[in-house]
Amino acid sequence: MSDRERADFSGTRKETQWYGLFSRGARDWLRHNEKIREAVTRHLPDLVSDLDVSGSHHNRTVRVPVRFLEHYRFVLGHSREMKGVGQGEAKPGDVMQTDTGKQGRGNKGEGSDSGEGGPEFLLELKVDDIIDWFWEELNLPNLKAKTGTVEEDEYTREGWDKRGARARLDRRRTLKEAVKRRAVYQKDIPFIDEDLRYRQLVKHQRPNTEAVVFCCLDVSSSMIEDDRKLAKSFFFWALQGLRRQYRQIETVFVAHTIEAWEFSEEEFFQVTAHGGTVASVAFRKANEIIDQRYSPERYNIYLFYASDGENFPQDRDAALTGLEQLAQHANFIGFLETLTGRLVDSPSSMSRLFDLLQLNGLPVRAYPLREQEDVWTAIGGFFRSQADAEA
Amino acid sequence: MTDLLREYTKQLEALARKQGLNYFPVDFELVPTSFMMEVAVYGLPVRMPHWSFGVRYIYQLIQHRMGHSHLFEVVFPGNPGRAFMADTNSLAENTLVTAHVLGHADFSRNNALFRKSQEQVGYHIVEQAAAHARRISEAIDVHGQSRVEKVLDAALALEQYIDPHLGLQRPLYPLYEEQKSHKVSDPFLQRFRALPGSEMAHDASAERRRAPIPPHREYDLLWFIAHYAPLMDDWERDIFLAVREESFYFYPVFACQLMNEGWACLWHTTLLREADFLPQGLFLDAMKTHSDVVRPYAGEKQVALDINPYHLGFAIWSEIVKERGIDEARTIMEQDDDFSFIRNHLTEELAEQLKLFEYKKTADGEIRVMDHDLDSLRESLLVKKFNFGAPHICVKSMQSDGTLLLRHEHETDHRGLDLVRADKVLNYVHGVWRRPVILHTVDEKGHSITRAVP
Repeated sequence: MSDRERADFSGTRKETQWYGLFSRGARDWLRHNEKIREAVTRHLPDLVSDLDVSGSHHNRTVRVPVRFLEHYRFVLGHSREMKGVGQGEAKPGDVMQTDTGKQGRGNKGEGSDSGEGGPEFLLELKVDDIIDWFWEELNLPNLKAKTGTVEEDEYTREGWDKRGARARLDRRRTLKEAVKRRAVYQKDIPFIDEDLRYRQLVKHQRPNTEAVVFCCLDVSSSMIEDDRKLAKSFFFWALQGLRRQYRQIETVFVAHTIEAWEFSEEEFFQVTAHGGTVASVAFRKANEIIDQRYSPERYNIYLFYASDGENFPQDRDAALTGLEQLAQHANFIGFLETLTGRLVDSPSSMSRLFDLLQLNGLPVRAYPLREQEDVWTAIGGFFRSQADAEA
Repeated sequence: MTDLLREYTKQLEALARKQGLNYFPVDFELVPTSFMMEVAVYGLPVRMPHWSFGVRYIYQLIQHRMGHSHLFEVVFPGNPGRAFMADTNSLAENTLVTAHVLGHADFSRNNALFRKSQEQVGYHIVEQAAAHARRISEAIDVHGQSRVEKVLDAALALEQYIDPHLGLQRPLYPLYEEQKSHKVSDPFLQRFRALPGSEMAHDASAERRRAPIPPHREYDLLWFIAHYAPLMDDWERDIFLAVREESFYFYPVFACQLMNEGWACLWHTTLLREADFLPQGLFLDAMKTHSDVVRPYAGEKQVALDINPYHLGFAIWSEIVKERGIDEARTIMEQDDDFSFIRNHLTEELAEQLKLFEYKKTADGEIRVMDHDLDSLRESLLVKKFNFGAPHICVKSMQSDGTLLLRHEHETDHRGLDLVRADKVLNYVHGVWRRPVILHTVDEKGHSITRAVP
């Protein structure tokens, strides 16, 4: 028997060398992380609050603190007193204190951390990835770039030339030429003019794919913080989606009460003002800006207007005119009716206005936003309607 | 160096057999630390994939990086047994480990619980677990990761719910209730009934009643679900049975941990002391490692709030051998598990000598040393070992619409369940049972409550 044993001793060793190449622990750990990612994508909205709406997010990451997932088991409920056995110098009645700050079970019936549910780690997610997942999740279409009516000049690299501007010298190419020459002529001159190669630019005419997105926000006193958050979230995702479609996107931020102002993004979300709501001033402002800076021939125009929907009744006609005028130029006008914590008995004046315009066949739509979920619905609705319009 | 170790192994084995150790052959293998960690995490060299092992693996890795854990060996009973030793161990350490492994091999061949479990799993759990892993990988290919994972989420969450007394192989419940023989005390009636032809009136078929499912409280939840779940696919039942088989293997490992480690320590000490072929320096290094393994406190501390099972097991065995001799010790090893071992052999003198004390810990972390009471101390030592370390939960009934009724025996456990987790587990179970699942337990105040999915 012991001979056989000895033979196995070396035998098994050879067979089982695979463990150097493959780690089951690592495989299952990766699967765990994959599951966390799945879970995180379901909570995307919470991640967005810190991101700027308009900034470009290529290569940017967000760090999300996540807990290890716990594989749940039946366990007994927390008991006020646990008995245990110890060893060493201790007399009955001795009292010791352990640091339970972190080790203890969740304080109030939360029961979500103990043993294995324990430490947090930071998961780094690329914003672009988040957006990709999100598009998959919502099953959103990737829209084709809409082209403006104006062609624009575009220069692209094409071929090489022996003469050109110093800035366009192609060093790699030049070096190659020098090597070839030296190989043929056997002369040890490092570079001669004949070696130089310059990149050539060729002018093309191509349709422009530029867009401008107007984010309009009612900043009157009735708009509470939660309303703004929802609006901001919608603006963010709408911009992200449109960014996939256009090479160039410009953003315009307009806030209004009974007056309207244009702001930079940083200021925009911090503006608070008192006073009532006269929506038409925002639409008029947007129309002015379009006239001055964004020719509809050149730009695809999107406008999103967020408000709690109450508008001065006297302003109805002016708002209607303003919207109709905008709708002639714009690809789309969206109304985000923010309704956090409000009970709604009847449609607001603004949403009725949008419904009317939609019935008249204009590219407008109203979306009620009560909670973050509704933002996804609205985003989904917006991009699908764009895809339908494309088809 | 390996040649030297091989030589020592040969001699240690000869010594062990001379000392009366009786074990199946053991395949020793030196492996990298990373592999040791995996084996420790999975409990078996090759085991089914599940994300929860990944979490444990990372914990183990962190522990290891922080220097809190040193895995010397992992051993699997069977015929042959398999022992893995870290290739980073020194020769002295591996010599000690080899002797230690022989103690484990002796224990697992002769201890009653181990024997029963080994007979049931056919002495080849390592190969069987690898086969389970392969079948589950195939299932993933066929049915997709998430479906298989759902089944494993449920089965592994119920891992501890087997009934070791009823065994691995057991028949399905009888379909019909056992016929109660009518008590006929009247001798005349007895004779009358025995007359030919009179049986017509008492035709059995009229009285045969369908037996309820289950006919008694069922503690083997894995078995019950695998066989009685109304809407499970065969491959899903297969996964439940695979998990269950591995649990039968793990049960004695769990229930005899203290005895088993103590026994192995007893033998590595005895064998090394007798091993006159070992160089003096190596022997001293090995004994240094031995004292690190069996020391009661970590580092410089004078008080420990946990008991090192190597230390306690070793101390109890040493006492038994000293007082009653090795033959009686062997008999105890064959018959006991940790419960009877602690209750019968942790004596008043030993508890005093080892300075064991019982304490109460309140929710805010205050620890108060209690008055000495040996019986109470023993039970506190054992409290985590009852019922495979899990709350007592049984199947009470299965209703005609397929609803599964589970009951938590809070009287036995003295309190209710952590409801957050209980709900999650019920969700897992519902994922495979696919009919309503109901659980009865009590809340913090002891009022009975019912949790139901959906």
